[in-house]
Amino acid sequence: MDNIAEVRNLVFEYKDEETGASARVLDGVSLDVRRGEFLAVLGRNGSGKSTLAKHLNAILTPTSGKVTVDGFDTSDDSKLFDIRRRVGMVFQNPDNQMVATIVEEDVAFAPENLGVPREEIRRRVDEALEIVGMSAFKRHAPHMLSGGQKQRVAIAGALAMRPELLVMDEPTAMLDPSGRAEVIETVKKLNRENGMSVVLITHYMDEAVRADRVIVLDRGRIALEGTPKEVFPQVEKLTALGLDVPQAAYLIYMLNKHGLGLDASALNDEECAAELLRALESRRKGAGEP
Amino acid sequence: MLKDITLGQYFPGDSFIHRLDPRTKILIIIAYVVMVFLIQNFIGYLALALFLALCVAVSGISPKYLIRGLKPILVFIVFTGIFNLFLTPGEEIWRWGFLKITVEGVRFAAFMVLRLIFLILGTSLLTLTTSPIALTDGMERLLSPFKKVHLPSHEIAMMMTIALRFIPTLLDETDKIMKAQSARGASIDSGGIFSRAKAMVPILIPLFISAFRRADELATAMECRCYRGGEGRTRLYELKFGAVDVLGWIYMAVLLAAVIAINMIFGKF
Repeated sequence: MDNIAEVRNLVFEYKDEETGASARVLDGVSLDVRRGEFLAVLGRNGSGKSTLAKHLNAILTPTSGKVTVDGFDTSDDSKLFDIRRRVGMVFQNPDNQMVATIVEEDVAFAPENLGVPREEIRRRVDEALEIVGMSAFKRHAPHMLSGGQKQRVAIAGALAMRPELLVMDEPTAMLDPSGRAEVIETVKKLNRENGMSVVLITHYMDEAVRADRVIVLDRGRIALEGTPKEVFPQVEKLTALGLDVPQAAYLIYMLNKHGLGLDASALNDEECAAELLRALESRRKGAGEP
Repeated sequence: MLKDITLGQYFPGDSFIHRLDPRTKILIIIAYVVMVFLIQNFIGYLALALFLALCVAVSGISPKYLIRGLKPILVFIVFTGIFNLFLTPGEEIWRWGFLKITVEGVRFAAFMVLRLIFLILGTSLLTLTTSPIALTDGMERLLSPFKKVHLPSHEIAMMMTIALRFIPTLLDETDKIMKAQSARGASIDSGGIFSRAKAMVPILIPLFISAFRRADELATAMECRCYRGGEGRTRLYELKFGAVDVLGWIYMAVLLAAVIAINMIFGKF
């Protein structure tokens, strides 16, 4: 199987208990998460990003449509823990996902729940903390750590399950810039070196740029899909969807508006500078100067 | 004001007392509390004081720090002493108006004060030498036989762990809310007792709302990590009784025997 998760025609309606009115949060979403890929999901507030994430490990189940994880249907209650152990989740607020008063005990929480033997738990905890670079803090109390460190511990807590997919719901939203960089580097490294499949839900464009593939959600539907180089040059469309555009892409868009004819696939500073340089040089040659 | 809360304060160490299994320590503390109330004369308290002093010396905890733990309940101790001193009926030795001191009153007051002091010192020594997580673990294991009568021992221990985990988080949050409300002109530290109590409302309401939201998110996060109650759970650290525990039990048994013997020989003071 090439896909770790498959979502088909997913519809999710949220019913208000008091008024009886129902609101459609996801309206026919279909997507695949390929093994080993780094998929970013973008969308403004209320676009259904978090709801989609919660469908990937059966915290929510579809109103209609189907979600399968590693071949298991999330609507099948008997497979609940087979699904959850395959999908590690990391949420926005690091304080609200830690259970224990000591870092290593918190990382051990999931394997303890799964009934993993003690020596194996030890191995997994040490390995997970090593991967996120927090081994030196294993006897620390979580509340003494910085936001970025806490979030790395939360990632380690998910990794200790040995999941096949890591789903992160705006893991950097509450962090300062250095904490954000820490977390994104860790995730990128996990994806590249350990081949972990990652679904990153974010509203930071510079994080999404580093993904293999980007999906933009709008009002419960997929509005755009493709590689970052395909998605981000569509500046007008992204702006209409209420999203920012990476600065490099925006600069090239503005220059092209004035007829510079640059390659719009540049997404970071280096690529943008190189493209500008190339354009300047070809223009000089075209003008026949020495 | 929030800095003074030292609940669950723990001093890591590697002393004999630190190395005792938490179950042993909890059982010893229970026996100790029973003894505190069992003792009927001052010689018994002397024996208990010696026992406690030895424990403190072995634990490496500064006695000064331990005694400072009495400070928050000093008022309570003094009040108990005075109350018993003046209100116990019996053989009068001094009288002024309606106030009278009796022989029984003096003895009873001294006993009550000693009991309180011994209780606080003993339990502080337990929490100072045992990590909260070990304590809850020990509690869970000790209570597990009562599962047969449907006592949710795992759930109780889990609740205690989570409560301990969130104490610093919620204290931080309270501090933030207090600052936010003072910045908007709320006066928290001034006025009489009623206006102060009223001033707590704008602090407590946001705190409660946030605590409920945190609880909801934590529950989801726990489910994501395959939590399904205590059934079939393994532990990173299994509790194991060792040679030190046997020594601990012997020590306790000797003391218990001594206290009973002292009671029988010297009788009621």
